[in-house]
Amino acid sequence: MNTAARRRTETGADGRRDGAEEKPLLELRQVVKRFDTGAGTVHALEGVSLSIRRGETLGLVGESGCGKSTVARLVMDLYPPTSGTVHFDGKDIAKAGRDARKARHARLQMVFQDPFSSLNPRHRIGRTLEEPLIIHRRGNRKERAERVAWLLERVGLKPDAAQRYPHEFSGGQRQRIGIARALALRPELIVCDEAVSALDVSIRAQVLNLLLDLRKDYRVAYLFISHDLSIVRHMSDRVAVMYLGRIVEIAPRDDLWREPRHPYTRALMSAIPRVHPEQRNGARITLQGDLPSPLNPPAGCRFQTRCPFAAPRCRAEEPILYPATGEHWVACHFA
Amino acid sequence: MADLLAIQGLRTWFHTRAGVARAVNDVSFAIQPGETLALVGESGSGKSVTAYSILRLINEPGRIEAGKILFNGTDLLKLDDKGIRSIRGDRVAMIFQEPLSAFNPVQTVGAQIVEAIRLHRRIGRRAAYHRAMELLEQVGIPSPAKRVHEFPHRLSGGMRQRAMIALALACEPDLLIADEPTTALDVTTQAQILKLLKSLQAENGMGLLLITHDLGVVAETADRAAVMYAGRVVEEGLVATLFTRPFHPYTAGLLASVSIDDLPPGARLPEIPGTVPSLLVMPRGCAFAERCPYAAGTDGCLDHAPAFLPVADDHRVACFRTPPTPRPPLHAEATGEAAGALLPLDAAARVVA
Repeated sequence: MNTAARRRTETGADGRRDGAEEKPLLELRQVVKRFDTGAGTVHALEGVSLSIRRGETLGLVGESGCGKSTVARLVMDLYPPTSGTVHFDGKDIAKAGRDARKARHARLQMVFQDPFSSLNPRHRIGRTLEEPLIIHRRGNRKERAERVAWLLERVGLKPDAAQRYPHEFSGGQRQRIGIARALALRPELIVCDEAVSALDVSIRAQVLNLLLDLRKDYRVAYLFISHDLSIVRHMSDRVAVMYLGRIVEIAPRDDLWREPRHPYTRALMSAIPRVHPEQRNGARITLQGDLPSPLNPPAGCRFQTRCPFAAPRCRAEEPILYPATGEHWVACHFA
Repeated sequence: MADLLAIQGLRTWFHTRAGVARAVNDVSFAIQPGETLALVGESGSGKSVTAYSILRLINEPGRIEAGKILFNGTDLLKLDDKGIRSIRGDRVAMIFQEPLSAFNPVQTVGAQIVEAIRLHRRIGRRAAYHRAMELLEQVGIPSPAKRVHEFPHRLSGGMRQRAMIALALACEPDLLIADEPTTALDVTTQAQILKLLKSLQAENGMGLLLITHDLGVVAETADRAAVMYAGRVVEEGLVATLFTRPFHPYTAGLLASVSIDDLPPGARLPEIPGTVPSLLVMPRGCAFAERCPYAAGTDGCLDHAPAFLPVADDHRVACFRTPPTPRPPLHAEATGEAAGALLPLDAAARVVA
């Protein structure tokens, strides 16, 4: 058996090797999520598999409606999958009892997109940050106060912030508070769902730097969800590209940018406006048409209605995610 | 060439209970026919208020306090209500960030375009519908004969923005104001809409005032850009100049903080420390001084607001720093043209009286 073939048999459906390595911190296996609405069934996720190792950042990128946020909510156990499983640290989260769920919540936290609606406007910041410590019985009153002060300092806010209310802070400061709250219990995985999308560019860099520092200092893993390819590239070790409820390509960051294989990934990369005016009018792939409705996804490959290379086979047969090389997986008949 | 639009010393203030918010404070810039000027800035910098001021769409407690808005030489601020209404949607049209809230939800797309046409043109209903269909086709909406009878919520985000553009183009305006036209759209749709705006502009030669916070969009589409910070334009010039040789520390900081593609992944990003000052309590000096890496060493930044003055041809900046002396062109002495390239400046001359 040659090396490439052997590698194929050894890697799991999400591009990571099974067996020898430690078990992943988070693993989604063939997750399907459908929502029944008055207008019909929304196919939000159709067989999504991915995993995150300890201390690793997995970027999840795609356009609105591709299912990114559904992944985040399934991971946070806000609703169950229609089929398939989500494992955290080797355990199926759907099968966890009350105590196991509570224990998991301490290890798995989330930072939300909108820093205005994700903080209780009637609680002082100190209370917002202390609450998780109380719920999980961490320390006495004095120790908790110290922890709150430490958290505020860690995210670059003054100690007197604890006495103030959310409305007294700017968007960027509120997002820091949201990060401090996520950090309070020293989680192993933080789900960041469009965590910097609502922020102005000059503030965005501050918050991204904070996330980078926390990763370096505490080896926290991130599921980093964003529609912004440049930011995902900067933050991630591996990147999964989603389209209409499916992962179309998943690869280590450098592999993906060196050789994007799926036509959608390439279109997405070329659609980003560059900040270099002299690079204008480069070879740009402009996709035709709109994202099809998830109520009625197209037959065959889901991207075939907008794909510049679509062939008859693409309309008839749905491509499966297969390893093109090593950890680089792609779902395209012609990649 | 005569300016298509020239804004001079515009002040739009909001008289709130908490105090006077100087949202737009002494803003001046001009747009030539057929040109794209990008008005760039972060939230609260005053770019949208500037745009709304042009069409006098400012409501209480906001008030246009001073300035001139010359459109083809006519001061729009001096027109009566009837006069400004005849300009709005006819010679100057506007498209908005969220087309779903800009359209009337209980009228079909076609009916709204027809209304816009018939408001300004003496034309029959049937002919106007025909024109509406042409417009929808022009902006790349498939099966326009069917779409003209659809309600706005039936269209996707990208299609809705196209319909909004069709509505704005109904009377072939001389100036199109686009307020964050692609911010609510996905990148692949954004690329389509920007391409459409450029091609329409090439066809009918209208001026475009593009309001955006996205420097990538500016680099891709604009000829010139004006950067706003806390109610003022701090730098204005050709996009090529601004992006390669920004002069104002804020412009440079903004560009650095979006240089993410040029950095090795995972590296710390250059950041602008601090936050934008509140419009209610503006500092006495330069609004950027508190966050500026150069302010400490320069006298005057904290005490006086810098004037908006040229540093080179077609490049104006509001900053006390002394501009770098460009190398004099060859044979400059022989032709005596060197002096015109750069105005002699010293810090004192740049202080606003």
